[in-house]
Amino acid sequence: MNSKGLKMKGISMEFPGVRALDGVDFSVEKGEVHALIGANGAGKSTLMKVLSGVYQNTAGDIFIDGEKIEIHNPMDAKNHGVVIVYQEVDTALVPHLTVAENIMMDYLIGDQKKLFIDWKMIQREAKSALKNLGLNLDVNKLVSELTLSEKQMVLIGRAVFHKAEYLILDEPTAPLSVEETNKLFEIVETVKKQGVSVIFISHRLDEIFRICERITVLRDGQLVGSYNVKTETIDSIVEKMLGRKLEATFPKHDVEIGGKLFEVRQLSGEGGVNNVNMHVNKGEIVGLSGLVGAGKTELVKLLFGATQKYEGEVVLNGKVVAPKNPAQAVKTGFALVPEERRREGILVHESIETNSTLPTLEKYCNGAFINHNQIRESAINTIKTVGVKAPNEKQLVSKLSGGNQQKVAIGKWLISDADIFMFDEPTKGVDVGSKAEIYNLIGGLVANKKGVIYATCEFSEILGLTDRVYVMYNGTIAAELVTKNTNEEELLLYSTGGGRNE
Amino acid sequence: MNNTKNAALDAGKSGGFDVFKFLYKYGTILVTILAIVYFSVAVENWFTFGNITNIFRSVSIVCLIALAMTMSLTVDGFDLSTAATASFAAVIAAKVMIMWQLNPAFAIILPILVGCLIGLINSFLIIKLGISDMLCTLSMMFVITGVSITFQEGSAIYNYMPLLKGGVAPGLMSENFKAIGQHEFLQIPIPVFIMLAIAIIVHIFLNRTKYGRFMYMTGGNEEAARLSGIPTKKYRTLAYVLSGAIASIAGIVLCARLGSGEVDAAGTYLMDAVAAAYIGFSVLGAGKPNAFGTLLGALLVGILMNGLVMMSFPYYSQNIVKGVVLILGLGLTYYKKKG
Repeated sequence: MNSKGLKMKGISMEFPGVRALDGVDFSVEKGEVHALIGANGAGKSTLMKVLSGVYQNTAGDIFIDGEKIEIHNPMDAKNHGVVIVYQEVDTALVPHLTVAENIMMDYLIGDQKKLFIDWKMIQREAKSALKNLGLNLDVNKLVSELTLSEKQMVLIGRAVFHKAEYLILDEPTAPLSVEETNKLFEIVETVKKQGVSVIFISHRLDEIFRICERITVLRDGQLVGSYNVKTETIDSIVEKMLGRKLEATFPKHDVEIGGKLFEVRQLSGEGGVNNVNMHVNKGEIVGLSGLVGAGKTELVKLLFGATQKYEGEVVLNGKVVAPKNPAQAVKTGFALVPEERRREGILVHESIETNSTLPTLEKYCNGAFINHNQIRESAINTIKTVGVKAPNEKQLVSKLSGGNQQKVAIGKWLISDADIFMFDEPTKGVDVGSKAEIYNLIGGLVANKKGVIYATCEFSEILGLTDRVYVMYNGTIAAELVTKNTNEEELLLYSTGGGRNE
Repeated sequence: MNNTKNAALDAGKSGGFDVFKFLYKYGTILVTILAIVYFSVAVENWFTFGNITNIFRSVSIVCLIALAMTMSLTVDGFDLSTAATASFAAVIAAKVMIMWQLNPAFAIILPILVGCLIGLINSFLIIKLGISDMLCTLSMMFVITGVSITFQEGSAIYNYMPLLKGGVAPGLMSENFKAIGQHEFLQIPIPVFIMLAIAIIVHIFLNRTKYGRFMYMTGGNEEAARLSGIPTKKYRTLAYVLSGAIASIAGIVLCARLGSGEVDAAGTYLMDAVAAAYIGFSVLGAGKPNAFGTLLGALLVGILMNGLVMMSFPYYSQNIVKGVVLILGLGLTYYKKKG
């Protein structure tokens, strides 16, 4: 290959206890659109953070046009023409300044030498940066008035003004609508024609096949390979992303599945949940599969009344229910173990006792007054049932390990009379031993004829634990599959937006 | 109270003696005792039954206003309008009896209802409109004071006050009502009993009832509380309504003590009350707003002020001491949070 372009050689990166990147090679040619893909935790973001100077690699070299360069911080990266646009655009923008000021921000901070700012020049330069992208955005508008996709464009505009030669787009399309995505791709084409190389990180394989020329696949921090899109298919790439067999670490639960317990018809609501149809039977574990950002969390929160419903019908035990808030949802018969344990699931500054009896506190009250003895007994019971390792029930939850905290977050619902238990990534940040115990607890729930909705982006969990699975993509159900008849390839295919034309 | 036990456990486990932890837990009590000892020795006639009673009497209204604040603090809110509410309540109570000549019972019921209404308005502005609690109640403080002054037509309301249209005020403040603020029982002023009673009720409410626990949980982590099925907005509203109600009780006591409804009579207590409530956070290592701590905080502020006055510390410099005490209390609380 010629020496034009960017090369990363033997990049390694270690975090305490984890080898996030292990001797990865990565190269981008001048003016190409290059996709970087891999499952969650494969190392894509880490690699790009090394390139953009956020992380310091522990080993390996970076070359531009054949010359070795040093990138120690984001400023170095910018000086070498490497600019990254993160998915969270708001972190890089000042909302109450104009588009022009935001595009020219680095100039205003670094290169403005005179005392007075030449606003005409700022506007002119900003306008021309946008014009280069074929955009017609009012540069005097405040950034706070822009849509998300327009904000992305401002950031790309900023990169163009800085004569970026390597533009990294980190999952840019995840929050965009179809039209906005098309618009973004037009911009990508435009900058590509101007000789800019674009590194495109995405989970959406169909998009990658539309705009990219080459694909680099990472898995578990290692390079799988770089491929030409023309010689590959979505299926072959999916295979390369997975590349391993899943291990069976799931306890077998044998439960007879009963009649329909819960049904959702044409549900749409806040957070992009769009036209969801699903049902859960008694004693059934239903998986919600899909990649990060597919809308799993949004869906379970919507079902729990935590976000606003726009349309649709929810039926529980044959009755139409419409909980407007979590308090009503709990009374109706729902329980949710949310994804963000420390922020949403438990009160870390309170004791196990207080946490475990919170949703069911009414049970332990004489009128308004709390019966502390009953609470204590109940907490001791919960600790035993879910197997929390703690000296006593008064222990502060903040002092427990992640796995034990999660057991408290689950345990507090087990004593409720809920019919539908929803789990959102319950094993995130949980050690292996606790994981198995959590699976067992869920097995116990379905044995009692409850219904379980299990949302996770780990395919191995879906395959090991569930009876049936709904795959989500872009806020809606892309496929309904029976777990024993499916496999990781199929899950990933639907999760990445494939298989829709079949 | 669980926290206390656990903190003790931890201290025992680690074996070492943590100076900050000790100061955090017992600092307030220690400073209070030191202040008492110091003033007893340094100031003649300080440690007498008469003076101690005096301190308690002067502390009672501050403490009631601070207890009102404690309610909003439990849900991680803040209510700066409590002192203004108390002043307004005092004016209403005076007007009910002196101008409207209604039954003194209305001089108690009506101000409390108005206090609840103010709490509802506060919670609407904070919860529904999303105004920051401090700014909202600061604005409300001015609004309430303004409404109060308009309502009393610019001047204090007292017995036989001359009226603009000629003659004097028609009614009298009931003697029974005045007893609330001026009489004593077993040589102890009635306001002290009221303060203790409300403190005990607030303590029981916060620690023994489910409502109190729900309010603490809402303050501890609103999202987690909400997702546990607690109607957090309802409990935040309740906190502000109770804050308004307790502030009004403070105003009623104040009115009874002064025998009149005066312009912004409770305004000067605001600072003391904020200090008392925040100092109370740390008492016995509770780490959260609590009735007992607030009571002790109010006592500490009262003792300091009383002692300084008796040492002829100039009254115009007292705010310096108050401010420093508040900063120390806040420092203790926030430094703990950071750690």
